[in-house]
Amino acid sequence: MSPKPATQADVTTDADETAVRRAISSTERPPPPSPMSAALTFGWRGMLKVKHVPEQLLDVTITPVMFVLMFTYIFGGAIAGSTAEYLEYLLPGILVMSVLFTTVYSGVALNTDLTKGVVDRFRSLPIWRPAPLVGSLLGDSVRYLLSGTVIMVLGLILGYRPDAGIVGVLAALGLVVVFAFGLSWVFTTLGLVLRSPSAVMNAGFMGIFPLTFLSNVFVDPTTLPGPLEAFVNVNPISILATASRGLMEGNVDSRDLVIVLAVAAALTAVFAPLTTRLYRRG
Amino acid sequence: MTTQSPLAIEATGLVKSFGDTCAVDGVDLAVRSGSIYGVLGPNGAGKTTTIRMLATLIRPDAGTARVLGHDIVEEADAVRAAVSLTGQLASVDEDLTGRENLILLGRLLGLKRPAAKDRAGELLDAFGLSEAAGRLVKNYSGGMRRRLDIAASIVVTPELMFLDEPTTGLDPRSRNQVWSIIRALAAEGTTILLCTQYLEEADQLADGIAVIDRGKVIAEGTPAQLKASVGSGALYVRLLDPEQRPEAAQLLDRDLGAVTMEPDPAALSAACADAARGAEAVAGLARAGVRIADFSLGQPSLDEVFLALTGHTAEDAASGARDPVNEEQPS
Repeated sequence: MSPKPATQADVTTDADETAVRRAISSTERPPPPSPMSAALTFGWRGMLKVKHVPEQLLDVTITPVMFVLMFTYIFGGAIAGSTAEYLEYLLPGILVMSVLFTTVYSGVALNTDLTKGVVDRFRSLPIWRPAPLVGSLLGDSVRYLLSGTVIMVLGLILGYRPDAGIVGVLAALGLVVVFAFGLSWVFTTLGLVLRSPSAVMNAGFMGIFPLTFLSNVFVDPTTLPGPLEAFVNVNPISILATASRGLMEGNVDSRDLVIVLAVAAALTAVFAPLTTRLYRRG
Repeated sequence: MTTQSPLAIEATGLVKSFGDTCAVDGVDLAVRSGSIYGVLGPNGAGKTTTIRMLATLIRPDAGTARVLGHDIVEEADAVRAAVSLTGQLASVDEDLTGRENLILLGRLLGLKRPAAKDRAGELLDAFGLSEAAGRLVKNYSGGMRRRLDIAASIVVTPELMFLDEPTTGLDPRSRNQVWSIIRALAAEGTTILLCTQYLEEADQLADGIAVIDRGKVIAEGTPAQLKASVGSGALYVRLLDPEQRPEAAQLLDRDLGAVTMEPDPAALSAACADAARGAEAVAGLARAGVRIADFSLGQPSLDEVFLALTGHTAEDAASGARDPVNEEQPS
């Protein structure tokens, strides 16, 4: 049997006990951070992760590039007669698709987070309850923005010339990111309900994939069978794509804008509190 | 606004079930301010669930508890503002560096950015982590991770700290370091609720111990009282010939009592309060022709505590809840 360790003499301690005691006694409890400050701190956490593992940006940069090139040059001629013409139609749509696909990863990331002990610590902090979620979605919005920027730059290189100029492009980008923020709450809810990151990924894409293809992102719905066309026309993703095209071309229908913002607000209103409740309960 | 109550934790009849499993089945606890209180039990006994209720991470199904004078359900925010939790899984972010973890926590506790940076530096120095400060935590050793974890818990010194199995899986040297940190915390006046599977750990650190089994407190007292009630130690004997184990068990049962078969088919142990009686029992085995490979006297293990208190071993209690990570998570 091992003898009890003699308390001091034979124990080399890297953590110096007197220094520890000094460190313990030298703090006063500050007032808790404001909700904004807490959320931004979580956003900073998200940015740090990107800094340490920049490869995780591949999915928001390379994938959209592949989509643009494939769709433009493989399907462009067949669908629109010429690749240049198709690019006009496709680019705002593919912007929508790429950014919305990225929102699934918000749920995946949250689910991954939950398997780690650090979430318990976050939950036991005296902070605004949704702060970890709002913060990480703010951080994700930066990814959405990056994804959108890559698409737009590529589009410009390939010869896309929006009539509304840079202002229109920025407005469209902003609109898509706002909608993505709303939609990502759906996936964070999913991230808290499902058991594994890959389940979130599968379920997420099972939803977002058909919804995106059953929209006007790739083709003009007038060529579709009647019932399908009716669905495509009310699909919020179609309306978002139409509004983005409108903003870039300078002929946006303000009704579309209102619908897009209303859907984003509704998604947030329903799924943000739901996510927060599920997150708190663990 | 802590009340005059000298009790830091006062829990009555806490109950928590997950589905059909009743993880905590009426736990009462009374922990004095400024003390280290040990909650001793095997995996699945309900330790983690109890801590998670007291730390306001989950709501009890029944029962009440006040932590530092605040109700854990009604005044959860006040509890959160005064406690910190070091969970069973290291509660630090593996994808950040040690320094970033501490700054993050400092900011979330309300420190301004420069103050959070200074505090992180001070803690990294004190905990011997300065050199590793810029490395990602996923590359830390178990001991370093644990130290960072505890450092993260005292970015702002809590009045009460929950420590859930702080030394499980650590090598002896890291364990001693963690122990000395816990002692330093207590010496500075922080109340500590320590969950552990090791009687030795509770014995070394705690002023009071509650033994918990199947969601209930089955014994409570000072380490000395507890050890007295279970016998202060055990005699371990390993035989040259496993075939002789039944015979040896019979002899030890006669001389000492409370015989346990060890997982090693050639080994067994018996309760043994005093060394002289132990020596006699060994001599008795030798006289009876039982060939002994080695023997030793040791502190009672958790198993022995359980055997003495409940009549079943800790392992039986834990069966069905073996995975220490998912042990008490709701599905």
